[in-house]
Amino acid sequence: MKTINEIQDEIVADFSLFEDDMESKLFYLMDLGKKLEPMDSAHQTPEFLIKGCMSKVWVYPIFVDGILHFEVDSNTEITKGLVALLVKIWNNRTPSEILNTDLYFIAQIGMGNMIGSQRSNGFAGMIQQMKLYATAFQSHN
Amino acid sequence: MNQSIDIASIRAQFPVLNEQVNGKPLVYFDNAATTQKPHSVINALQSYYQHDNANIHRSAHTLAARATEHFEATREMLKLFINAKESAECIFTKGVTESINLVAASYGKLVLKPGDEVLLTEMEHHSNLVPWQRICAETGAVLKFIPVESDGSIHLETALACINSKVKIVSMVWVSNALGTINPIQTIIETAHGIGAKVMIDAAQAASHFKIDVQALDCDFMALSSHKLYGPTGLGVLYGKRELLAAMPPYQSGGEMIKEVFLTHSTYNELPYKFEAGTPNIADVIAFKMALKFVSDIGHDSIASHENSLYHYLLNAINHASLKQLKLIGTSSNKIAVQSFEIESLHHFDVGLLLDASGIAVRTGHHCTQPLMRKFGIDGTVRASFAIYNTTDEIDYFIAALQKICHRIK
Ligand SMILES: Cc1ncc(COP(=O)(O)O)c(C=O)c1O
Repeated sequence: MKTINEIQDEIVADFSLFEDDMESKLFYLMDLGKKLEPMDSAHQTPEFLIKGCMSKVWVYPIFVDGILHFEVDSNTEITKGLVALLVKIWNNRTPSEILNTDLYFIAQIGMGNMIGSQRSNGFAGMIQQMKLYATAFQSHN
Repeated sequence: MNQSIDIASIRAQFPVLNEQVNGKPLVYFDNAATTQKPHSVINALQSYYQHDNANIHRSAHTLAARATEHFEATREMLKLFINAKESAECIFTKGVTESINLVAASYGKLVLKPGDEVLLTEMEHHSNLVPWQRICAETGAVLKFIPVESDGSIHLETALACINSKVKIVSMVWVSNALGTINPIQTIIETAHGIGAKVMIDAAQAASHFKIDVQALDCDFMALSSHKLYGPTGLGVLYGKRELLAAMPPYQSGGEMIKEVFLTHSTYNELPYKFEAGTPNIADVIAFKMALKFVSDIGHDSIASHENSLYHYLLNAINHASLKQLKLIGTSSNKIAVQSFEIESLHHFDVGLLLDASGIAVRTGHHCTQPLMRKFGIDGTVRASFAIYNTTDEIDYFIAALQKICHRIK
């Protein structure tokens, strides 16, 4: 299994292929969202909605044998791509790996420019919620 | 009707249309939010500050006289533009928002009694809703709403049935900014007058698209914003009939609006100055004249004919492109060249991002009409709105961008 930073580096490399082509970057995000494992619709409840997102984004944590797994979904495609990026990096990691991550890929791919400040706030909300789950399960351990 | 307007030469008057966005030529389809400004307006702003800058109405020196003359010339032009009886019925404000706040606070407070009704529609911009909510809360009057149908229109019969003897003020939008619907205001004004109510018209979206004649309409108040009419931002107009404005208390107080001031009381200036407290937005008022001239020189008939043909071109192109995931919001047959829509499984904000990546500027969101969005069960739309400088080539490019987006989802 690749390390968290190896995956971040891959993401940065993928986005750099598009250079300044903003549209292709956004389409690439949408494609990432499409590749996600489907989420159990029974888990798409208000409790697992991310707060502060313009779209609906659900993140459902599953904690088995010290490892965190995330089921995620969104009602809109770019947001689904955004949460898919986080799943790519953080799925099947220990809570402490998640909590110790420096998410440098965000600045390196120019996320702010790509998705604007409103969406960036929503994205920050997803990160915060996933870290909260990691914290909760870490102390649980 | 002049069919031979030369759009290329009109475009050449708008420097911002040469901008590149994300490496693509700007396609500006956000005209309902604000229109771009022609050279003549930009030059007038610069020229005022370079040659004429002085405070108006109160000085003997040459520059002050020149500035005052140019300032008042805009008012004269405005009088002709909306066909007011006299220029003193045209008050400069910050925009439609301030014009409506002025009427609600001054006229509303003067006439509204507990149990009186203020009649709006469900499609009002927040600026024609929140000021009335506040004055109703203050006076005990009650807000009532003409309902909006599923195509985004209002039924005239339903509207007229809302006008009962309790209604003291009708305040409504002439053209919906979110949907583009043109409302049947003429009959509503006549009926409201029949029971003694006064009518305020929000003409923010109407003024750049068709000819306004306040005397023919016989509306009591009308609000306009310069920036939606090819003019500068932060400037608008309140038109009001003299007998109403004269009876109304001032809205703000200070310099300019007084006749004589004593330590304990004051007397007020005449119209229009009674409602123009403080140093006004002189530069923008002066430049606004060039915007009115720009529209008048082309002529409302030519503008309407060009924009209507763009709008029909758009609807045709949408049909032909068979964009299955695209749902139109606001489909009344009586509209200006504005189209709201949604794309299935994309947030309106994301559609806006994707179009911006192609250099296309559209509006996304609730368009300051949250109750209307709620009525349609959505939290916002993507809105394309056209102006005189837009072209069918731009629409082709827009449709191609939408096709690409729709193709990528699913
Ligand atoms: C229909 C309508 N009314 C009122 C307004 C408010 O205008 P302003 O912001 O210029 O005061 C707008 C502007 O978006 C509008 O479209």
